[in-house]
Amino acid sequence: MAVTLDQTIAHKQHTLLSKVFASQTFWVVIAVILACLFLSVATDSFATTKNLYNITRNITFVAIVALGMTFVIITGGIDLSVGSVLCLCSMVLAVTMHAGYGIETGIAAAIATALIIGAFNGVLIAYLGFPPFVVTLGMLSIARSLAMVASNNTVVFQFGPDHDKLLALGGGAWVFGIANPVLYMIVLAMITGFVLRWTKFGRHIFAIGGNEHAATLTGVPVRQIKVVVYMISALAAGLAGIIQTGWLGAVTTNLGNGMELQVIAATVIGGANLAGGMGTAFGAVVGAALIEVIRNSLGLLGINAFWQGVFIGGAILLAVLFDRIRNFRRND
Amino acid sequence: MGKIAASGRNWGERKAAAEPQAAKHGEARRLVAVLELTNISKHFGAIQAVNDVSLSIEAGQVVGLMGDNGAGKSTLVKMIAGNFPPSHGTMQMDGKELILHKPVEARQHGIEIVHQDLALCNNLTAAANVYLGRELRRGLGPLRILDYAAMYKRAGQIFAELKSETRPRDLVKQMSGGQRQAVAIARTMLSQAKIVLMDEPTAAISVRQVAEVLNLIRHLRDQGIAVVLISHRMPDVFDVADRVIVMRRGRKVADKTIASSSPEEVTGLITGAIEQV
Repeated sequence: MAVTLDQTIAHKQHTLLSKVFASQTFWVVIAVILACLFLSVATDSFATTKNLYNITRNITFVAIVALGMTFVIITGGIDLSVGSVLCLCSMVLAVTMHAGYGIETGIAAAIATALIIGAFNGVLIAYLGFPPFVVTLGMLSIARSLAMVASNNTVVFQFGPDHDKLLALGGGAWVFGIANPVLYMIVLAMITGFVLRWTKFGRHIFAIGGNEHAATLTGVPVRQIKVVVYMISALAAGLAGIIQTGWLGAVTTNLGNGMELQVIAATVIGGANLAGGMGTAFGAVVGAALIEVIRNSLGLLGINAFWQGVFIGGAILLAVLFDRIRNFRRND
Repeated sequence: MGKIAASGRNWGERKAAAEPQAAKHGEARRLVAVLELTNISKHFGAIQAVNDVSLSIEAGQVVGLMGDNGAGKSTLVKMIAGNFPPSHGTMQMDGKELILHKPVEARQHGIEIVHQDLALCNNLTAAANVYLGRELRRGLGPLRILDYAAMYKRAGQIFAELKSETRPRDLVKQMSGGQRQAVAIARTMLSQAKIVLMDEPTAAISVRQVAEVLNLIRHLRDQGIAVVLISHRMPDVFDVADRVIVMRRGRKVADKTIASSSPEEVTGLITGAIEQV
């Protein structure tokens, strides 16, 4: 036999290069780069420090929530409540600090809120068999309503004794002039990427998305993992809410309205499959970047903002179209 | 006691023990009962799914479990697999009483199941599927990470042992039916399995792949593992099994060596044309 055991073990289906070219994420990166190059040439205002600072910071809120959503989508679920959870967590933070508590208490309260909501979603889905779509749709309504109750539907813009600390946390730029939210995003993306690739938990998430029945039969703790996954998604939304509160310096009950759709769009553009079993941390960030670049460019090019939805929707369809074309080729 | 040691926990030891058995294949062998079921019954409400079945399964033997749909085969197998406990009767493994509450416990006792649908994740590699639920990790404490290299290596060795062309890094999505079977069977060889229960492993694959799967079964047998083959396909059972057990309406109606039976007789037993032997 010419083929040794070691060769069989080492045999890869794709070389590194063919793997890169076959990935949807790669083509989205190319699209983002091309768009940026085009905008740098076509407009004077794109490649300015100020605009780039704005873009990178704007990407982060959608991207951080999308990182959490990636876990859920890989298991084959969906979390529609993230926009409302973001708002509720912001509001809990704001109201707690406004009442005179310190920033630590405020953040702890916000994170606890997120985790409780995530656990609630997860238990209903994993243990009681509710469809994820329905549970999180319900939570979308409940969480926003609770945010209104908590604030009596007012705008909160005074955050008590630690007011300045909170604004520095979200609005500062502590390292090399990079906006703080961007740093948080990079750290969270690296943690997400690590968990998905290198931990047993990450492997089990992919297994559940690939074949939930098989995962159960082979002893994967499917229910517990599902609960944790929805807690991660809510936690990501809560963290994004905390950071956004610090950046904006004010919280309204309108915060994060409709954000769930942008977040889902970002993950799907980045290569996650809504049927489950596929998705990456990098893809979620890149997807968020593409959406933000489209949004930003329309403004700079003087195109009516009403067209935004058409372009973002087009990007979603185009990204999935590429995926379909690759599948057709593979099946031929 | 020596007999029980022969069904040992040690891989090498068991191999050595298995070889003389394989050599004597066809003769009357001195066999060790790995699993012994005594007067097992199972009812679901008023429905008597399994009725007073006793049987023993020996190391290094392939037992064909046959019967029509609803005869009680899968109920019996599910009790051995730990899906639910029997209503009456006892199970013994290596002479000790076996009480199972969930499938994981069956696996801990060395009972492995190859499910009819194989329970594979198409989006994962062959090695990831083999190790699903018992991934190897390296490192310390909470920072233990998946040990890809070790899993690829061991999975590759198992496929080589099984004489399968399956490669550990290939995605299961792109595999043939025979290769998928090899992945599911490779799972059973990760730990020190004593009994492998196979549910219709040849039901949905091509003729050439059936031969491949039957070879995999012989390979397990030669390792000293007891194989229970649940099948509707008479030729497969008569090709690979040492013994055939026939069930009808929850009762065991036959338990004899392949050499002393015939496909005609087994067909008669399954349909009820022959009452009992």
